[in-house]
Amino acid sequence: MGSEIPIAVTVNGVRHQRSVEPRLLLSDFLRHDLQLTGTHVGCEHGVCGVCTVLLDGEAVRSCLMFAVQADGGEILTVEGLATGNGDDLHPLQRAFRDAHALQCGFCTPGLLMTLVPFLREHPNPGDPEIREALSGNLCRCTGYQNIVEAVKAAARP
Amino acid sequence: MAPKTTAEVGGMGHAIKRKEDPRFIRGQGRYVDDITLPGMLYLDIVRSPYAHAKIKAIRTEQALKVPGVLAVITGETLAQYNLHWMPTLMSDTQMVLPTEKVMYQAQEVAGVIATSRYAAADGVDAVEVDYEPLPVVVDPFKALEPGAPVLRTDKKDKKDNRIFHWEVGDRAGTDRAFTEADVKVTQHIYLPRIHVASIETCGCVADFDRVRGKLTVYMTTQAPHAIRTVVALVAGHVGLSEEKIRIVSPDIGGGFGGKVPVYPGYVIAIAASVVTGHPVKWIEDRMENLQADSFARDYHIRAELAAKKDGTMTALRIKTVADHGYADAAANPSKFPAGLFSICTGSYGFKNAFAEVDGVYTNKPPGGIAYRCSFRVTEAVHTIERMADVLAQELKLDPADLRLKNFIPPEKFPYRSALGWEYDSGNYAGALKKAMEKIGYAQLRKEQAEKRKRGELMGIGISSFTEIVGAGPSKQFDILGIKMFDSCEIRVHPTGKATARFGTKSQGQGHETTYAQIVAEELGIPAAHVEVEEGDTDTAPYGLGTYASRSTPTAGAAGAMAARKIREKAKKIAAHLLEVGEEDLVWELGKFSVTGAPQKSKTIQEIAFAAYTNHPQGMEAGLEAVSYYDPPNLTFPFGSYICVVDIDRGTGEVKIRRFVAVDDCGNIINPMIVDGQIHGGLTMGMAPALLEEISYDENGNIQGGSFMDYLLPTAVETPKWETDKTVTPSPHHPLGAKGVGESATVGAPPAIVNAVVDALAHLGVRHIDIPITPEKVWRILKEKGVAE
Repeated sequence: MGSEIPIAVTVNGVRHQRSVEPRLLLSDFLRHDLQLTGTHVGCEHGVCGVCTVLLDGEAVRSCLMFAVQADGGEILTVEGLATGNGDDLHPLQRAFRDAHALQCGFCTPGLLMTLVPFLREHPNPGDPEIREALSGNLCRCTGYQNIVEAVKAAARP
Repeated sequence: MAPKTTAEVGGMGHAIKRKEDPRFIRGQGRYVDDITLPGMLYLDIVRSPYAHAKIKAIRTEQALKVPGVLAVITGETLAQYNLHWMPTLMSDTQMVLPTEKVMYQAQEVAGVIATSRYAAADGVDAVEVDYEPLPVVVDPFKALEPGAPVLRTDKKDKKDNRIFHWEVGDRAGTDRAFTEADVKVTQHIYLPRIHVASIETCGCVADFDRVRGKLTVYMTTQAPHAIRTVVALVAGHVGLSEEKIRIVSPDIGGGFGGKVPVYPGYVIAIAASVVTGHPVKWIEDRMENLQADSFARDYHIRAELAAKKDGTMTALRIKTVADHGYADAAANPSKFPAGLFSICTGSYGFKNAFAEVDGVYTNKPPGGIAYRCSFRVTEAVHTIERMADVLAQELKLDPADLRLKNFIPPEKFPYRSALGWEYDSGNYAGALKKAMEKIGYAQLRKEQAEKRKRGELMGIGISSFTEIVGAGPSKQFDILGIKMFDSCEIRVHPTGKATARFGTKSQGQGHETTYAQIVAEELGIPAAHVEVEEGDTDTAPYGLGTYASRSTPTAGAAGAMAARKIREKAKKIAAHLLEVGEEDLVWELGKFSVTGAPQKSKTIQEIAFAAYTNHPQGMEAGLEAVSYYDPPNLTFPFGSYICVVDIDRGTGEVKIRRFVAVDDCGNIINPMIVDGQIHGGLTMGMAPALLEEISYDENGNIQGGSFMDYLLPTAVETPKWETDKTVTPSPHHPLGAKGVGESATVGAPPAIVNAVVDALAHLGVRHIDIPITPEKVWRILKEKGVAE
């Protein structure tokens, strides 16, 4: 409720100007205002990590942020990882499919967006490092093992 | 050029990549909350803070003043249409919205309809409810005591809180065997309430088209067809007729049993859409999901095992109290109020067994669903696999030796169990020996003995489980009277590509891939050219849905049978094209050729084209078939798991050092997917063994209703699983397959518990209830004087 605040954010390279309620979560802004439904919502209290997106290059939980806090920022969501429908996938996306690192697919976008900056900072990670990096993302289907394999494969293509 | 090998078409046994992944890795999946329809309204729900209370008043005036709020729906509103109650899948009843009392904390009290999700939440905050608290019954044993407050006062003849008494087996014969036994062991085992907590919560978009009179509901359901029939039965009197109801399960973010029941939120959303003529979206949040949706387990088990001195098991006797909460909202087949708990004789050749279960009402959310298992199989397996270790400990036998001594031998299959099941096939010793070899069992025992001398706590635990899945044969299995067959319809198009539709619904299991592989194997049409569709009741043939590891045993079998019908017709067309008799044709993958003249052949693609362009006179055009498969028996996947744990004497933390899982699910369709199912199942087996529990205080307040308290395993707690397999095909399934999605969830917990107890056995510990938290272990260490 209350008055709306104008914001401007760049999402996957496209600039959006909107007026939003101050209380609007960034996750809802992305999903419902911008119709970028690849970013999912699983708990809205910052535990499951499925809403993870990159804000100015850093992984953030979009359910723990208001859209107005992203004003002026640059956001990357899963939809921005690969463009087009060809083979121009991000190495992590390709590795996830090759290693069977996803099942229902619901946690996958959050995992990918968590791992993109992780791999940037840890170009050659070992298992314990990878598992630590994954510890803020819940997956109920895979048991994480193939996700670990996918990260290693993406790191050493 | 026709493909020559099943590898080329992606048939059975090949690890082809999943067809569903390209959309998921791009964020292009379509889950319920991704659906937005023009004019869509939003439902949010007012929930009770009390576990048992009279509702004195619901005041909605303030809520209706909130900008964006259009309506508040109460029990009184729904009562005008006689929609305030609904049946559960167990033919019990539960409230959609209350008119008099609330029966559990977080129960739905009113629904607020608004133009946005935020406005609906504001409206929920503004609804005022006056409650008068009533005495709360949380303990199922107290609920059974004479004089306990009768909870279901809505049931006129109900004089106590017992829902059902169910028993199976030969009570007298079992009692006699116990009298004659050399050794008897007794153990109380509690399997606490847990929640499947799929990462996607439940929800729907109900869209009633007033002009066409058609209701479409996009919903998180594992069983869309059954839901359609339930909606027609429940709401027929307000004009919702089954041909005008379309249920669509879009992509589902994990189900595990939690998306089988009908929740009040779905019904309120449907009612709101019918009344307003607008689409209405309801998406529960995580707290609502954990606090109000159907729970699993909550079995209080007293188990007794009788044996000879040499360790030969002779009889099993089990008495269980099942806490179902406010209503029996399990999703079991109708004739099985305790599900398939009667698989509790496990992998062992008992002559005598008897089991009884009493279902009880308490002031907790309704339920009794499966947590990734086939109707109480986990409870059964936990009991027998724990009891095997309790007996081994009593007799000072190695638990592996005890199991090997008592396994049903391979030559005894098909085997009739003491509680009436006909196990289809098995080689239990084969799986256990393979697991022992892979993990280096003898060496581990040596290591353990040495560590024990040094005061280090290391344990080795075994679980040799037998599952019972694929419900089921129509003679015994139905849900609300609907037989538990499943279905497939295949249409081969003129250009030789196919669409295959099934009555099940994947929630991550990879049906779009594995079903395509089945069609590829049977018809030689590459899996890449087989489009699999599920979940839309307007297009898919009727089926009972995906749960209880039933998709491959039932719908997968239907896929093979439908393909074989197509092959029969294709043969007639090939004979016509090749101008030979049908008896002169042989089928090889993807083509019919003339016996003795293999150069004379027609591929399935050529035949498909002819089916529409050059079919024999007198034959119907087209190349399609439907199969409704009624399985002759259930399937009995099995396996042996060995777990090695180390326990920290300072903190009580249990660390799984190694876990070897040897599974046998019969013939395998896609080994990559099977391995993935086992990894996930093992992790969901570890979860309740070490972490998960939903408990209530004496006032019925939930403890652990968020992800801050209800701990799901992360990648850090989860060990690296070591999987392997044996292959013992099902003799009655058309592909020899058995189903695999739940084996590991069922088999893993007792392996972990047995390992922890084994690590502490020399201190006199014989059993620990799950979850085995560090605190629980630390208290034991402290009590035994070995905590650091």
